[in-house]
Amino acid sequence: MASTIRVRATSSGETTEVQALIQHPMDSGFVKNAKGEIIPPHFIQELTFEYDGKSVFVADWGGGVSKDPYVKFSFKGGKKGDDLKVSWVDNKGATDTTTAKIQ
Amino acid sequence: MNVRFAIHLASAALALAFAAMPAVAADKPDPVADAKAFRKFFTDKFPKVKLEDFVNGPYSMNEDMHRQWEEKEQFPPYEFSLDMGKEMFSKPFKNGKSYADCFPNKGIGIRQNYPYFDDKEGKVITLELALNRCRETNGEPPFSYVKDEMAALTAYMAFTSRGKPFDIKIPDDPRALQAYQNGKQYFYTRRGQLNFSCATCHVQSPGERIRAEVLAPALGILNAMPIYRSEWSGMGTTSRRFTTCNSQIRGVPLSPQDDEYRDLEYYLSYVSNGLPISGPGARP
Amino acid sequence: MRVSTLSLASVLLIAGSTSVLAADSEADFKAAYAAAESANKEAGSLRNQWTVTAAALAAAKKAADTGDFDKALASSKEAEALAKASIFQATSEKELWKDIEIR
Repeated sequence: MASTIRVRATSSGETTEVQALIQHPMDSGFVKNAKGEIIPPHFIQELTFEYDGKSVFVADWGGGVSKDPYVKFSFKGGKKGDDLKVSWVDNKGATDTTTAKIQ
Repeated sequence: MNVRFAIHLASAALALAFAAMPAVAADKPDPVADAKAFRKFFTDKFPKVKLEDFVNGPYSMNEDMHRQWEEKEQFPPYEFSLDMGKEMFSKPFKNGKSYADCFPNKGIGIRQNYPYFDDKEGKVITLELALNRCRETNGEPPFSYVKDEMAALTAYMAFTSRGKPFDIKIPDDPRALQAYQNGKQYFYTRRGQLNFSCATCHVQSPGERIRAEVLAPALGILNAMPIYRSEWSGMGTTSRRFTTCNSQIRGVPLSPQDDEYRDLEYYLSYVSNGLPISGPGARP
Repeated sequence: MRVSTLSLASVLLIAGSTSVLAADSEADFKAAYAAAESANKEAGSLRNQWTVTAAALAAAKKAADTGDFDKALASSKEAEALAKASIFQATSEKELWKDIEIR
């Protein structure tokens, strides 16, 4: 199955800029469907970006983050050709992970 | 000949002359002149905006928004829908045929020709309508016109036409001209309890705000369709936009693909001829 | 005895007239609702119904269902006024649209 994570990391020498688009419903648990029933909460709780075995960005999310979240950040270091690992865990215990090469 | 007879003759002649004159035609629509005036109105109003940039709607109206949009375009929110659309488009129907069989050039790179006027049917055919007809002809149930699958399919078809200029044709057929004129009239007609017409926002106030939203100019307004709208947290088609605009001004929306909407799309697309297809797009 | 007969009579009279009034207001409501519906239907044929008209009609019906005919009557009259305004709008816009056309 195709990954839910699309990531692009570009190194400018000293810093690496990372952009990621993650496919996830991010249901807060407060919204009702057309029949008036609550759509149960279903959202990413933790999103982690790892480089060289260390976490360079960790997000603790709740239902307030919108569907298909987009993240952009920069971290010091990161070399072209190195791996950047991205993974998430949601409130139902589901996970996904992907590894991209820094460009 | 006596005077009386002469007068009679003269009046008869005059009467004949008038009778011979063709009845004053009701203003025959002149789409070419309309489109020229339409384009001039917006380029005069926004002299610093390049013609092709009008297709970016609010992003061409506001610098800060433009910067955010440029960033967003690197990782656009419509990507998932676009991928889904590509998959859907190539998957055959249960009867073995596929969308490619319903469209010229297998459906690739043709979005800029829609809507078109079908002279057999005497009506305007939009891309969304054509897609559902394709499905029904091949024994498949039609999709909802406003989002999800329809948005994904039209996103893919728009993508294959990116950069191509809108090329809407109005044949010299009174029915086509009437459809065009109906679309134009719809655009400028005020409706709903709030008494807005499409023009109220998109001709009289582009670049200004309605609540927190920056309004797009009407020139090029359909070029980016379908769009991922942050407000919707998802994709929406031209049908979605027309119906939601109606309800926002407290007018009961018509059904998607009703004649009025098809004609409106015909008009708006025609007056944006020459501007590039930029769909699928993203909007606030 | 006389007093109580009088009071009884007046109570009965009031009770009688209240129920007559109630019947009247239900009849009034029904007439007003029909008029509002008819106007809204005409607006529909002009392809210009307003969402607020539908809301007023719904409010009228809801009030009538609970027996509050005064409220139902008021909502029906509002609905009729809104429907008539939408008809006026559609009719006058047939010419007025040209005023804002880009030429």
